[in-house]
Amino acid sequence: MLKMPNLEVHQPDAVKHDTKVSAQDVNVYYGEKHALQNVSVNIPDRSVMAFIGPSGCGKSTFLRCINRMNDTIPIAKVTGKIIIDNQDIYDPSLDVVQLRARVGMVFQKPNPFPKSIYENVAYGPRIHGLSHSKADLDEIVGASLEKAGLWKEVKDRLNDPGTGLSGGQQQRLCIARAIAVNPEVILMDEPCSALDPIATAKIEELIDELRQNYCIIIVTHSMQQAARVSQRTAFFHLGTLVEEGNTTDIFTNPKDQRTQDYITGRFG
Amino acid sequence: MNEHIVKSYEEELALLDKKIAQMGGLAEQLLGQSLSALERRDPKLAEEVVVADKAIDNLEREIEEQVISMIARRQPMANDLRHIMGALRITTDLERIGDLAKNIAKRALAIADESHPKPLMSGIRHMVELALHQLKEVLDAYAERDADKALAVWRHDAEIDAMYNSLFRELLTYMMEDPRNIGISTHLLFGAKNIERVGDHTTNIAETVHFLVRGFNIADDRPKDDQTSSTLIS
Repeated sequence: MLKMPNLEVHQPDAVKHDTKVSAQDVNVYYGEKHALQNVSVNIPDRSVMAFIGPSGCGKSTFLRCINRMNDTIPIAKVTGKIIIDNQDIYDPSLDVVQLRARVGMVFQKPNPFPKSIYENVAYGPRIHGLSHSKADLDEIVGASLEKAGLWKEVKDRLNDPGTGLSGGQQQRLCIARAIAVNPEVILMDEPCSALDPIATAKIEELIDELRQNYCIIIVTHSMQQAARVSQRTAFFHLGTLVEEGNTTDIFTNPKDQRTQDYITGRFG
Repeated sequence: MNEHIVKSYEEELALLDKKIAQMGGLAEQLLGQSLSALERRDPKLAEEVVVADKAIDNLEREIEEQVISMIARRQPMANDLRHIMGALRITTDLERIGDLAKNIAKRALAIADESHPKPLMSGIRHMVELALHQLKEVLDAYAERDADKALAVWRHDAEIDAMYNSLFRELLTYMMEDPRNIGISTHLLFGAKNIERVGDHTTNIAETVHFLVRGFNIADDRPKDDQTSSTLIS
């Protein structure tokens, strides 16, 4: 009898996760400029959603709404609702510092603190009171670096400055710093655009592992990256959310002509 | 449809279509000539078909290489991806159609000296005419990106199958009448089978065109009518 090999194929789209972040009619104004118009979207937990679109389309603006980073811009005004786990994050009684611990962020350019590798990761847990002893903190730092895939490379030089690492390592350090405070959502704003292909591949592998436990939202200019790492993709254009769907569908058979034109390189 | 920002990308896609059109034209020509060679018992024409099939093979290789290079360099997305993958699939079907025409031509050579039974020959002629019509329609559907036209071709294949069925029965009867007919009948039977296969490849192309244009496969089952696999005349 001929034995058939196991042909089961891993289908990331097959599992449906509950909604983690729900945006309802979100509008953003920078002074007179209406930067984001009526964006409504549900972002599932334990998966990766990619935001794509040409420069100035509003994708980063929207990303920055999800941890209220736009609060830091005086002329920015946000209307509508963003709900994370049944809680409106624009509720005035909400503690923004707590929110930003729950919703971590990784930026385009790696931005470690000018401190040691250890301190970079330990800073968050310490100010949020997540550790009660040095041993606790050591464990959080170790586990975070491990999850960020950096532990093996830095375990013998935790007291070296974080800024002395390579670009890719610095970015993973920033991811370790973000996950050290037990976030639920991780926002990534073009996390690989300053990295070489090897460092990029490591971050992408990391994203794939992290999505088992976190809701990850990534803004990227690389269509291939969006196609590789995400389960769902949203396309923004001129401040509106044009189309959102399964990544496979968006990249093989988009419904909207603008999406099609953008991802095939017909306008940008 | 807007044009690509990168002009050379646009040119490569156009070149792909040009080569498919060229290949399709050659396949049509070969199939028509193989029929003429069979009907006119023209060994010279049959030889020409055998040689001309090489041109189709070469085009297939060219298209394949271009597709691989485009995937590697351009990372095509959405309709471009469907266009490029569709071209690759269509080129394989057209190459097979060329092979089938070549096989008919070879059989024409083998039976050039025998007398051909008139009614059977006209049956084969009708099959080829229909197959050629279908092929032309599907190539137009590709060139015009017309999914409805492709769907019509796809539905129409049952007619070729039906003709093949009746020809199959006639040839069996003809063989039973006189064992000396078995040689030529067998060749004609394979010839007819080849044309039926051309029809199948044409419907494959129709499916590809439909996918290319609409982005999803034709949902229902194709009306298949080739019953010869289960036919026995005793």
